Amino acid sequence: MSEKVLMKGNEAMAEAAIMAGCKHYFGYPITPQTEVAAYMSKRLPKVDGGVFLQAESEVAAINMVIGVASTGKRVMTSSSSPGVSLKSEGLSYLAGCDLPALVINVQRGGPGLGGIQPSQSDYFQATRGGGHGDYHMLVLAPDSVQEMVNLTFKGFDLAEKYRMPAMILADGTMGQMMEPVSLDMGEVTKYEKNWALTGTKCEREPNIVNSLYIDPAELEKINFERYERYKMVEENEVMYEEYLMDDAEICIVAFGVAARVSKNAIDEARKKGIKVGMIRPITLWPFPKDVLNKAADKVKAFVSVELSMGQMIEDVKLSIECKKPVLLCNRVGGMITTTDDVLKSIEEAAKIGGEN
Amino acid sequence: MDSRNLKRITVFAGHYGSGKTNIAINYALKLKESFDKVTIADLDIVNPYFRTKDSMDILKEHSVKLISSPYANTNVDTPALPAETYSIFHDVDQIGIIDVGGDDRGALALGRYADYILKEGNYEFLFVINKYRYLTSDPQSTIQVMREIEEAAGMKFTGIVNNSNLGDETTAENVINSLEYADKVASLTGLNIKMTCAKDSLCDILKDKVDNLFPITLYVRQSWAKEN
Repeated sequence: MSEKVLMKGNEAMAEAAIMAGCKHYFGYPITPQTEVAAYMSKRLPKVDGGVFLQAESEVAAINMVIGVASTGKRVMTSSSSPGVSLKSEGLSYLAGCDLPALVINVQRGGPGLGGIQPSQSDYFQATRGGGHGDYHMLVLAPDSVQEMVNLTFKGFDLAEKYRMPAMILADGTMGQMMEPVSLDMGEVTKYEKNWALTGTKCEREPNIVNSLYIDPAELEKINFERYERYKMVEENEVMYEEYLMDDAEICIVAFGVAARVSKNAIDEARKKGIKVGMIRPITLWPFPKDVLNKAADKVKAFVSVELSMGQMIEDVKLSIECKKPVLLCNRVGGMITTTDDVLKSIEEAAKIGGEN
Repeated sequence: MDSRNLKRITVFAGHYGSGKTNIAINYALKLKESFDKVTIADLDIVNPYFRTKDSMDILKEHSVKLISSPYANTNVDTPALPAETYSIFHDVDQIGIIDVGGDDRGALALGRYADYILKEGNYEFLFVINKYRYLTSDPQSTIQVMREIEEAAGMKFTGIVNNSNLGDETTAENVINSLEYADKVASLTGLNIKMTCAKDSLCDILKDKVDNLFPITLYVRQSWAKEN
């Protein structure tokens, strides 16, 4: 399909999942991601072999995901912040069982019930696991409806490639905004799944999908092996976008909707003669540490723009080994940073850095 | 727009994301040029963001009355409609515009008021269509959505609004390429195309090529919108 269509972020992720070969969706409604489930409920029954099931709770939905993932089939669930907290136990089990699955979090304000307006305050939860135990998820942060499509496709691919759960970390604005997209994503890569529970037909030894290990030495060994795989992910799968970084003296770090506002603010600041650019992490885990560390040798200061009380800023500081000052520009509670908010922080950073 | 034949109430409904809210606001402002009392009611109980209430300032500036949920644009997820909504049916000295939520799910709220509208019998119930929406890209799927909405609302549509667009990227060509689709929907349903919408910047090019062209001005610009 070459002609573009107009889609809402939530619908676009759902359609992209179907195109990526996901025929199984389990979910529970919560604003601002309900359109993912609503869309799947209309579309999946029309797909050959498609199953849409509204579970009795988020906990049930993620456990259904574990079930389908064990058979090697592509499967997805989606929710918003409080619902993802409920799913966290299941996320840890997916990781512990080395199962691929795609989980969408269209974030809203928190903590607690918080509110239905957009937020990015689940950054820690997404990048630090959320559930218990030593594990990582691939965390992908789109900044447009087109990128929501692309990253949904990519998320399924990476999850299977590395046998681990992947999360799309969007926010309410991204889920609700409408933009033209192309749904032309090319072929789905097929991976060998000799671990999947597909029935032995008495022709092979049974596969076991499990996260319980009776012998602590075996559990230790498996954890070390899993982290070797995570190292490969960190080496090979980092994604980011650079914007006007060539001559930049100030570097904004922002993802998702905050990156879009920041881009407009950067354009405004450039008009005033301030040399500012942006590194936009597309993968929040693995985080683009190296590119930020290299930028730290060039720029005077960083500004982390986020819709949280300051979560990603910790990764920025770790990445640059605190070589340069990092300012925080943030709004929370469902409020979105304005272009002026970001512009003020850029001007402040320009002062701190001093003149060349 | 011929204000002499105008019905007292105009209801806009359609597929989710077909552009009903922007049309309703522009239509209300247009009618205010000819009529003293114009009220717009937001019946959307589906969409959490991007509501009629976003345009509160421009409506106030033009003295168009807005009836909207007290919870719209707040952090509360309560699909409530204010009792004031009834005033649109009780005070017949005003022009009423009703912005309905998307799809059959959104149209359920209209069903609550359908008896009042049908009893008075002085209304247009307009079906907003967009060829560039993925699930309504052909006449058949569009008409299926239309039937679902009619069933939920308990009312039959009386006309069509062609609002085919690709958001910020819409070109005059996109609008022209949608005319055949809209005509097909019209002929299959026996309804007339009451207007074809296009963003105001395209209307100079389109005015000789499109009948009943209705210019749409975007009054709310978000801070994250891409700069043109």
